[in-house]
Amino acid sequence: MRRKWLAWLPLLLLPALLSACDSNKKGAASHHAGPGKPAYGDALVVGSIGEPSTLIPILASDSASFDIAGLVYNGLVRYDKYLRLEGELAEKWDVSPDGLTITFHLRHGVKWQDGREFTSHDVLYTYLVTIDPKTPTAYADAFKQVKKAEAPDPYTFRVTYAKPFAPALESWGMSILPAHLLEGKDITKSELARRPVGTGPYIFKEWIAGQKVTLESNPDYYEGRPYIGRYIYRIIPDNSTMYMELKAAGIDKMDISPIQYQRQTETPEFKSLFNKYRYPASAYTYLGYNLRNPLFSDKRVRKALTSAINKDEIVHGVLLGMGQVAHGPYKPGTWACNPNIKDLDYNPELARALLAEAGWRRKNGDGILVKDGKPFQFTVITNQGNDQRIRTAVIIQRRLKLVGIGMKILQLEWASFITNYIDKRNFEAVILGWTIGQDPDLFDIWHSSKTGPKEFNFIGYKNAEVDGLLEEGRSTFDMEKRRSRYYRLQEILAEDQPYTFLYVPDALPVVSVRFRGIEPAPAGIMYNFIKWYVPKEEQMY
Amino acid sequence: MIPLFLGITLITFVVIHIAPGEPVEMQIAMNPKVTAEARERLRKFYGLDKPLYVQYAVWVKKLAMLDFGRSFAPGNRPVVDRIKERIPVTLSLNIIALIIEFGVAIPIGILAAIRRDTLFDKGMTVFVFIGFAVPTFWLALLLMYLFGVKLGWLPISGLHSMGSEGFTRIHWFLDLLKHLILPVSVAAFGSLAGLSRYMRSTMLDVIRQDYITTARAKGLPERAVIFRHALRNALLPVITLLGLSVPGLIGGSVIFETIFAIPGMGQLFYGGVMARDYPLVMGILVIGAGLTLAGNLLADVGYAMADPRIRHGKG
Repeated sequence: MRRKWLAWLPLLLLPALLSACDSNKKGAASHHAGPGKPAYGDALVVGSIGEPSTLIPILASDSASFDIAGLVYNGLVRYDKYLRLEGELAEKWDVSPDGLTITFHLRHGVKWQDGREFTSHDVLYTYLVTIDPKTPTAYADAFKQVKKAEAPDPYTFRVTYAKPFAPALESWGMSILPAHLLEGKDITKSELARRPVGTGPYIFKEWIAGQKVTLESNPDYYEGRPYIGRYIYRIIPDNSTMYMELKAAGIDKMDISPIQYQRQTETPEFKSLFNKYRYPASAYTYLGYNLRNPLFSDKRVRKALTSAINKDEIVHGVLLGMGQVAHGPYKPGTWACNPNIKDLDYNPELARALLAEAGWRRKNGDGILVKDGKPFQFTVITNQGNDQRIRTAVIIQRRLKLVGIGMKILQLEWASFITNYIDKRNFEAVILGWTIGQDPDLFDIWHSSKTGPKEFNFIGYKNAEVDGLLEEGRSTFDMEKRRSRYYRLQEILAEDQPYTFLYVPDALPVVSVRFRGIEPAPAGIMYNFIKWYVPKEEQMY
Repeated sequence: MIPLFLGITLITFVVIHIAPGEPVEMQIAMNPKVTAEARERLRKFYGLDKPLYVQYAVWVKKLAMLDFGRSFAPGNRPVVDRIKERIPVTLSLNIIALIIEFGVAIPIGILAAIRRDTLFDKGMTVFVFIGFAVPTFWLALLLMYLFGVKLGWLPISGLHSMGSEGFTRIHWFLDLLKHLILPVSVAAFGSLAGLSRYMRSTMLDVIRQDYITTARAKGLPERAVIFRHALRNALLPVITLLGLSVPGLIGGSVIFETIFAIPGMGQLFYGGVMARDYPLVMGILVIGAGLTLAGNLLADVGYAMADPRIRHGKG
């Protein structure tokens, strides 16, 4: 009996929890003192909610897989800290004057992690396997625009397009796969999915299912050996557990929530152990209207809805101020984002006037506006499990009620949300978010040809001028020309209000103070990971 | 048993396919870079373009050769591999928890029955019902905070410490045990109530029987009365419970595994259902169905062994 009770010890001590206020932190000394000297070694332990699914990037679709693959592989091009394209495996590239041919000049002397030399043959293989109809990849479309791909010599790779296609350049940021390990084999059964071999700064070491993935620094990396010796990706599916692991120094880096940022980490103790970072995330949340619905087909009504919503209030209420109001589909501060667009500010008087103009004048007994005997009542749908979206909906509901619009909120499980509502266009309004891509091309979301089943202009937005701008914007490589098209696009969207753009949240990563060399930039913090270091005397692992 | 088994697979197969959404959908929904053509390519790769009965026939045919197929998750690994890497963890954790649960609940039940209406009985009732009523995740988080963050005695989550690869075997094992203390305690605590109350009531039933009075009247010591005469009979229904918990051994609790970051079957199954990974879900259900049938059989056999009346067909 006695021994069995031993296992119960932790439970018996439960009451002690209530009185436990003292803290015995490990490594309590603050290390803010100076940058220290760069040194090799130590490990960065990162917490992740999800486990990678496959480490062959063209087959993957989850962010965990791309996090790991991004450190093991390289693309021909990548985005730099200011989100401009720069060469990675390609030293440079030329675009022919007609915009149809891109010639990549590859870096010499880059080695695969198994010692083989990287050549244009690998690039050609990656292209061919991606467009192979037998390969179950979701990313073949950009490569399919290629009319001809050739590798005239080991360090030159040339692609020719049928028509100029600006987003094409970005598509060559896809991880280049080792041809010598994959050619002639079935890529879906390749062991590279579990133990990848790339050209990148980190070499795959081990993957313990459901627990962690470990990478080791590549001493022969072409940009130089990374300082941090190991990158350990721990899989911790629960956010609260992850936060406790962070506090107990079980992990060094995680993304925290606005409430954790504002209310739980503003202590001197936390700040002596972790640095907090904050910059706009590449995503926005919006309220989209189904424009096929007569309720929303009138532009004045949509403008009234936007004027009735207090976006600042949502940023404060939902994100605790950890974000900013969105006025359009681009990330504020990026080159395509028009800083001068005239968005509608919170103005319930204007909202009422616009609604009256559109014929919504009388109110019924419930205080809801009525036109032709029908009350202004609609349902907004959003996906279950995203608290921010649900809280956003509740705040909007109250504001709309004040101008006489009744809004109901329906939360749906993701699969059902997509299949039964979005895909079938069976909704009135929706609260959803988009990730903001680095390339400003938004053809798939706003072009009128993309309103078909399962396509992404599901609100059914059609505007001939927008169509023209989108087509022009993607068919030139000239940044100034593209910018002017996208600036105009944002003006039209602000005028039409097919969505009420709500907010761009902030990304809030925290990293242990022992890591130095972190320089937040528009691209975030991970872009210069190979330059991070821990001074010798502070190394933990 | 075979027709029953096939029936189970048919129903589950249909049900999981009726659920809205498809594996392809779950992987790429709302990604503007993926066109309809790419979607079709993926559907074809997984064989989802074929009618449902064809898909079922293909699946059963493979199963007959003990092939569970390949997972629909990207990476496309054999279902067997994905289950195999998680079964040992779940199985050992559940067995330990089960031993603790039975080891603690049965004595509690017996003692509570013998000392009915004493302070011990009442105290235990309150104790086990607290375990039953407290939400697992909440208790787990509180304990993690106390022992992991505040006191730093126990690891918070996972199964191994950093650098456990380099440990000696004994050190490695102790490290693993340390990681298991919290999850196993929480799991066992939550399930004490049912079993101990059950044990208490059967024990009370037995004690009231005439043969116990007879045994006492014979002048047997109380110990012998309780342990030799009463307990053996009271344990019979518990054997059934034990048999019924066999299929539960490979099923894990999602909440619990998620909180403690334990890579077990619960998480795998939940993830499989959410991603509509049909072969994986079917694979786990088939194993579960098999174990349920086996567990029932085991309970019957165990019953027969413990109770001579059943063994001789006079039950």
